[in-house]
Order: sequence, then structure tokens, then C-alpha cells
Amino acid sequence: MATEHVHVARTLMDHLPVLVVLVPFLAAPLTVLLGSQRLAWPIAFVSSLVSFLISIKLLMQVIDGGVISYHIGGWAPPLGIEYRIDAANAFVLLLVSAIGTIVMPYTVQSIKSEISERHHTLFYTMYLLCFTGLLGVVATGDAFNVFVFLEISSLSTYVLVAMGAKADKRALTAAYDYLIMGTIGATFFVIGIGFLYAGTGTLNMADIAAHISTNGADRTIETAFAFIVVGMGLKVAIYPLHLWLPNAYTYAPSAVTSFLAATATKVAIYVLLRFMFSVFQPDFLFEINALRWIMIPLALVAMFAASLIAVFQSDLKRMLAYSSIAQIGYILLGIGLLSATGLSGAIVHLFNHGITKAALFMGVGALVLRSGSSFYARIEGMGKVMPWTSFAIVIAGLSLIGVPGTAGFISKWVLVQAALEQGWWPIALAVVASSLLAIIYVWRVIEVLYMAQPADPTRREAPLSMLIPLWIMALSTIWFGLDTDMTMSAARAAADGLLNGFSIGGTSVGH
Amino acid sequence: MPDIEYILGHMNYWLFTVLMMTGLYIVVAKGNLIKKIVGLNLFQTAVFMFYISLGKVTGGTAPIFPVDMEIDPSVAYSNPLPHVLILTAIVVGIATTSLGLALIVRIREEYETIEEDEILKIETDLVHVENKILGEAMGGRA
Repeated sequence: MATEHVHVARTLMDHLPVLVVLVPFLAAPLTVLLGSQRLAWPIAFVSSLVSFLISIKLLMQVIDGGVISYHIGGWAPPLGIEYRIDAANAFVLLLVSAIGTIVMPYTVQSIKSEISERHHTLFYTMYLLCFTGLLGVVATGDAFNVFVFLEISSLSTYVLVAMGAKADKRALTAAYDYLIMGTIGATFFVIGIGFLYAGTGTLNMADIAAHISTNGADRTIETAFAFIVVGMGLKVAIYPLHLWLPNAYTYAPSAVTSFLAATATKVAIYVLLRFMFSVFQPDFLFEINALRWIMIPLALVAMFAASLIAVFQSDLKRMLAYSSIAQIGYILLGIGLLSATGLSGAIVHLFNHGITKAALFMGVGALVLRSGSSFYARIEGMGKVMPWTSFAIVIAGLSLIGVPGTAGFISKWVLVQAALEQGWWPIALAVVASSLLAIIYVWRVIEVLYMAQPADPTRREAPLSMLIPLWIMALSTIWFGLDTDMTMSAARAAADGLLNGFSIGGTSVGH
Repeated sequence: MPDIEYILGHMNYWLFTVLMMTGLYIVVAKGNLIKKIVGLNLFQTAVFMFYISLGKVTGGTAPIFPVDMEIDPSVAYSNPLPHVLILTAIVVGIATTSLGLALIVRIREEYETIEEDEILKIETDLVHVENKILGEAMGGRA
């Protein structure tokens, strides 16, 4: 139930849960109103940096299992809108804001070649709005608020994808398809929330959870569960609902792809987790069945089918898009195992895959800047002319496979452990076997980059403004592969928090 | 044996379902990009109507309290919350529609058609050309 005390926020520190969303949200219109192309980037960078610092602070406040409940406008939930930060939120907030900030310096050079100049200011506006939306989805504790922020991020994403039209007109149809499917997904999600509201009479997630756990689930609530899972499944790109993803990732500008691939699907997975484990309790039979008999098979199909398709691609960017679908399969597998280990494996893979894919797509963007295309035939031998970019791609590629010493290994290891814990060794084997497919498609890239003669030996290395973000990401895949304390403890705290549901009775701290 | 009263009593749900499915069918079945947006609008509107009908209380009046705030407990009020939610959702819907239409304008400029099958044909041709140039360089069809 709702916390009883009146919320009085006095210092700026108390407002952090809302400021993390508000800062980029206010900066977005500012870039348009000032109308200056020179000012747009600094504003965008500073505001995303502020969000990043706030999310570090928030994670530090909640990593020991605390919960911050922030009441918007001082209206107490369940009537008012609540922002609720716990370990799971704070961890995803950190991922989104970190990627958003690190990609920022990278955008400068990248969009110069990929987006026509008159759109540069609007690019930063859309980027900030997308950033805001993603942070808002994660921070809020109100079910309808999730939908509103989701649409803010989705609508700006469609625009960002369509901005790739300067390089390839297919970006437009990719954005259109994404718009149609994304809207169907979001509308399914709203229907689900409508059923939840009809069944429980509240929109506050903690309140819905309390209502379901005392009164049990009836048919209305089960239907709500189905609509929410399918609607979010479209945003997550769960295997049969993934059709928008390859084109959107391939034709979007490189900076956009690196940001989206690392954050957008991850945030959707977070929403799925939040609804599956906090709002609906997993001890309901229908949910266990849905996870065990629908989620796990789909996850397995994604791991193999999408990896196999990736092997046969001739475009590096499209190959990575298919590999993303496969990696989402691993995360869903961890969720479907329904155990604390499986869930923390899923959360840690969500983070590790986020940084790995960001590094890879940034590398692709650098190659595209110099060679004009990401087709294998065009980037042959680039390892010789662009050694720094290529080596970063190799490091991130190793993390994608899950080689020991990289971040990808840690999360796959936890997933295998989780499968063995339940005695499901075929699933553990499947994780290993599908990683073998990853070896094939990553090896093809290494072969293309290093084993051929460069078509044009006069090409230069990518500019530093791209290399530094790229290497920050590539080195962090190694860092989080060696030092697992921070990611694993955060993931564990997040998994425990999710499995316990909302701490019903209201143990809000911080005020 | 279907309970006729039960079916009639849930009339709003039936209408909502029919309208929603009509919209979804148009989105899937029609090849014209604008018709797809129309279908999407129908689909969304059905959901709006579902929400609004949720807020209806039998015999309820508009949820406006008297100025003196002396509330007569015998008066029933309709639930205003779903209406407010749907106001937000309508705004989102309009933004989606306008963005979709803007994209269609750009697609028309680039492809000179808004029929899905023709666009698909143009794109397949593009892929063939790419494969021919770039695939052969890699030794065979990529």
C-alpha cells in the first residue's frame, strides 16, 4: 500500500529521481529554441552528462536494497504519480545514461557525414527526447506513465531512424515499418494497462501488485498480462516479433544505431521484467507456463535462427542487427529460467550486451565514415589502414562470442550456471552451441578486416572524437569481464528486488 | 448456452473488439501506406473507446463538484480518470499519425509510390544490385 507519510522534498538531492529525467527533457526544446547549431551539441552533452552523474548517485543510494519513492508534485501515490527507484531501475538508468553520454562526442563527426546539415540541431533534439523517454520509462512507478514515456522515446526513435535517408532511402521505409509495428506494440501495452485498471482500479505499479497479491488474478488480469507481454515483446524484438529491427538498425545513422542497440531494447526488457516480476507475481500458474513454455522456446529459436542468419550476411551492420536478436534470446532465456541466478544472468547480460553492441556499432560507424559503406566487400583490409578502430571491433567481437576475460563471458557463464542449477543441461549446452555460431560470424569480420588487402591504402584512421568513445566502450567490455563486482552485485540486488516484488507495506527510504 | 443478457451487458466490449480488429486487419492487409495509417488510427481509437467506456458509471453524471463543495452523497459521478488518460493517448496518437504521414511524404518523394508491393520491388532490385557488385567481390553471391 501507499506510504503514509507526507512527502516533503527540501533539497536538490531529494529531487534526483525526477531530475534525471527532467534535465534532458528541458534541454531538448532548448536546443530548438536557441536555434544555434554550435550550441546544440554542448547543451545535449552537458544535460546527458548531468543525467549520468545523477544515475550514478542514485545507484549508490539503492544498491544495498533500498527503495526511493518520489512523489511528483507532492501528491502521494496511489493517486499521485510516483517515481520509484530501486536497484533494478538504477542499474538500467545507469546503462542508458552512460551510453547516451559516451555516444554523444561520437555523434559530432559521425552525423556530419551521415545526416544532412540542416537537420543537425534537430538531431540533438530528437536524441535528447529519446534519451528522456528511455530514462522516464525506467524511473517511473506508474503504469500509464510508462506508456507516455515509451511513446516519447519511440516517436523520436522513428525520426532518428528516418534521418539515415541521406545515405540510403530505405531508412524511410525502415522507419515507417518501425512506426507501424511500434505503435501496434504500444497500443497493445495500453490495452493491457486498461485491463489492469479495470481489474484493480489503480495505475500505481506497487498498488496493482498489492491488489493482485491479495485478491488473486482473474481473467481480466490474465488478459492484461498477455497484452502487456506481446506489446512489450514487439519493442524488445522477441523472436517472431523482431521484423522491424534488422532494417531499422541497418539504415539508421551509425550514431543512432549504437545508442539504440544498447538502450532501447534493453529498456523494453526492463519493462517486461518489471511487469512480470513486480506487478504480476510469478507464482501464478499462467505466468510460469507462459515463461516456461513460450519464452524459453522462443529464446532458443532466437539464439540459433538469428545467429545463423547473421552468419550469412554480407553487411557488417545488418549482421550485428541479427546478432542483437540472438543476444536478446539469451536475456529472455535467463528470464524464463525463473530463478535468482537466471534473472541476475539476464540483467547482467542486458548490461554487458549493451556496452558490447555499442562498441561494435560505433566501430562500424567509424568504418562507414572512411569507406562509405559497411558491406564486407567495402571494408576489406581496413585492419591495416584503421588499426585502432578494427582492434576495438575485435575486442568487442570477442565479448559478443563470450571469450573469457570479456564481459560477454561473465553473463553467459551465469546463464549456464542458472540452467545447470535447475538440471536443464540441454539448455546450458544450447548456450554454448549458439556461441559457436557467434564465433563463425565474428571470425568472418576478422577475416574481412585483416586477411585482405585494403582497397584504398590512403584511407586514414577515424578521428579521435570517435576513437575515444569507441575505446571507452571496448575497454569497458574488458573491465567488466575482469572486475565483476559492480555489475554482478548490482544485478543480484536487482534480481532479488524483482523476485520479492515491490516491498509491500511501503519501506520507502530517502525522505 | 450463451447467456444473452451477459452478451448484451458487455456491448461496449464487443464493439470495441470489432473496431479494434477491423483496424488491425486494415494495417496488415492493405498495401497502401496511407490506408495502413488509417487502420492504425481505427485500432487506436477502439482502445480509446474502451477506456472511456470503462469510466462510465450507470446513472453517473459529469464529474464536476458543485462550487460550494457540498457534495450530495446520492449523486453518482462518472470516473474521470480514464478520460484524462485518453486525452494523453489521443495526443500521442495524433503525433504518431502526423509522423507517419510525414514519412509517407518523404517515401513518395524518394520512391515515387506509396504502394507497399511497388516499394518492395524497388528495394529488392536495390539488394540485387548490391549483391551483384559487392557479393561478387567477396567470391560468389553473398
